[in-house]
Amino acid sequence: MWSEFFAVLPQLLMNGLIAGGIYSLIAIGYTMIYGILRFINFAYGEIAMVGAYAAYTAIVWLHWPLWAGVLAALAVCSLLGVAIDFVAYKPLRKANRLSSLITAIAVSLLLQNLVALFYGNEIKTFREGPVEQGMNFFGAFITPTQVTIIATAFLLMAGLYWFVAKTKLGKAIRATADDMELAKVVGIDSEKVIRTTFALGSGLAAAAGVLIALEQNIEPTMGVMPGIKAFTAAVVGGIGSIQGAMLGGMLIGLVENIGIWFLPSGYKDAIAFVVLIFFLMFKPKGLLGGKLEEDVRK
Amino acid sequence: MIDLLGMWPYFLHLLIYIGIYAILGMSLNLITGYTGLLNLGHAAFWGIGAYTSVLLVLAGIPWLLALVASAVLAGLAGLLIGFPSLNLRGDYFAVATLGFGEIIRSILINWSEVTRGPLGIPGIPRPEVMGFVFESNEAFLALVLALAFLTYVFLRRLTRSSFGRVLRAIREDEIAAQALGKDVNKYKLTAMGIGAGFAGIAGGLFAHYITFIDPTSFVLNESVLMLLIVVLGGMGSLEGSLVGAVALVLLPEPLRLIGANSDITWLKTGFAQVRMAVYALVLLLVIIRLPQGLLGEGRNRK
Repeated sequence: MWSEFFAVLPQLLMNGLIAGGIYSLIAIGYTMIYGILRFINFAYGEIAMVGAYAAYTAIVWLHWPLWAGVLAALAVCSLLGVAIDFVAYKPLRKANRLSSLITAIAVSLLLQNLVALFYGNEIKTFREGPVEQGMNFFGAFITPTQVTIIATAFLLMAGLYWFVAKTKLGKAIRATADDMELAKVVGIDSEKVIRTTFALGSGLAAAAGVLIALEQNIEPTMGVMPGIKAFTAAVVGGIGSIQGAMLGGMLIGLVENIGIWFLPSGYKDAIAFVVLIFFLMFKPKGLLGGKLEEDVRK
Repeated sequence: MIDLLGMWPYFLHLLIYIGIYAILGMSLNLITGYTGLLNLGHAAFWGIGAYTSVLLVLAGIPWLLALVASAVLAGLAGLLIGFPSLNLRGDYFAVATLGFGEIIRSILINWSEVTRGPLGIPGIPRPEVMGFVFESNEAFLALVLALAFLTYVFLRRLTRSSFGRVLRAIREDEIAAQALGKDVNKYKLTAMGIGAGFAGIAGGLFAHYITFIDPTSFVLNESVLMLLIVVLGGMGSLEGSLVGAVALVLLPEPLRLIGANSDITWLKTGFAQVRMAVYALVLLLVIIRLPQGLLGEGRNRK
C-alpha cells in the first residue's frame, strides 16, 4: 500500500497545490474582512461563481479574448462585493455579528438562484480545443492550464501582499484591522478602507472562480464548496492573517487531495469540515493567527 | 375561474408541510431563538430522524417506536455536535454546526450499504399505529397537527419554566448567567439535545409522508429555510415560528399558481429558483428592517 502511495504522491501533491492556490485566493477575502469587521462574509464562494459566469458571458456570448474576460470578471465582482456590503452588511455595522452572518447566507442563496434563473442550472464551459497533453514534472503530470492556474494564483497573492505591505491604502487597511477607532482618530476613512477591502477580496475570489472554470465546468452551485473550504483555510491559517490564509489554503488543498487517497472518494468534501472542526476545537488561533483567539472562543 | 374544491388535495399538502415545518421551526427556535446558538445544521437532525425511522420501519419495527428512536438518535446527535462546539463564540458555533451538517450529508451519501446513498430509499410505508394506517392525506394531516400541537405544548411549558428563563439569560448575557451560578454548558447542551430531538420527530413524519427520501432533502438550504422561519416569526417566540412556518410554505405559492396559469416560461421552468430567491430576499429584508421578526420579543435586543 505504501509503495503505491509514494508512487502517486507527486501527483497528489500537485493536485493539492492547484486546489490550494484557488482556496488561498478566496481565503484572503475572508481573512481580510474578518480582520476589519470581525464577521464572516459567507458570500465569497458565490462571488467566485459570479466571476466564472462573468468570464463566461464575456468569452462565449461576447466573443472577447480570455484576458478580457478575466478583467471583466474582476471588475464585475469588485463592484459586486462593494454593492453587497452596501446593501447587506453596512446597515448592520452596529448590530449583533450573527445578523451579518445571516444576511451573508441570504446573499449567497440569492446570488446562486439569480444566476441559475438567468443562465439556467445546466453546466457550462468556456474551455475549448482538444484535451491537453500533460507534462511530466518530477513524477507528476501537469497540463499547461494547471501551470497557468498555479502561476496566476501565486502572482495575485504576491501582488496583494505587496499592496497591503507597501501602499498607503494597504497601510490604512492594516491600521484599521489593528484598531478601527484609533485608525479613525488619525484620519483614516474606515468606510473607504472597508470598501477597498471588499473590492480586493471579491476581485481575488473572482480570479479564483475563473481559475476553477479553466479546468472544470461552471454551474450556479460551484462556489459553495470552495467557499466553505476557503473559510476553513482562513481558520486553519489563523483568521485575520493574510499569510495564514495563503498557508491555510495550500494546507487544505494538500490534506484533502492526499487524504482522499486513503478514503472513499465521496468523502473528499468532508475532509475539510473535519479539519475545520478540529481546528475550531483544538487550535482556534490557527497556525499564524495569534491575537484573535478571544474572537473564536469565549 | 379557479376550482377551489378541486384544489383541496393541494391545500391539504400545504397544510401537512406547514405542520412539519412548524415542528422544525419551533425546535430550532429553542436552540437559536431562546438560547442564542445559531445552528446552521438543523436539517442534519431532521435527516437523521428521517433515515432512522425509515430504516427501522423497513426492518419491521412499529412506526411509533421508530419515531421515538428517531427523536432519541437525533437528540444524541445534537449533544454530539453541541458538546465540542460549546466553547465557540457565536459565528464560529454557527460554522461548526454547518460543518457537522455537511459531514452528516456526506455520510448519508457515501454509506450506501445502509442509506442507499444518492439513490435514496423509495417505497416507505405510511405510519401505522396499532393497526390503523394513516394512508389518506386527511388522516396524515391529523397526525401531523397532533404532533405539532404536542411539540408546541411541550416547548411552551419548557420555555416558560425556570429552565427557559435560564436559556434566555444565557442568550442575553452568558457571563452574567454564569456569575449567577448556572451551569451554562449544561443548559446549552440540553437545549441542543431537545431541539435536535424534535427535529428528528419531524424527520420521522416527513419521510413517511413523502414515502421517498434521499440525501438532497437534508441540505444546508433547508437549514437556512428553518432559520428563516425562526427569524421571520421572531426569535424566542413559538407562536412566531408557527406563523413563520405558514408564511414559508404559502409565500411562494401565488408565484406557482401564476406560473401554472400563464405563459411566463421562466416562472414555470425556474420556479424552484424563484422560490429560493424570494426566501433569500425575505431573510435579508427581515434581518435588516425587522430584526425582531413578526412576533419576536421586542425587548432591547441587539
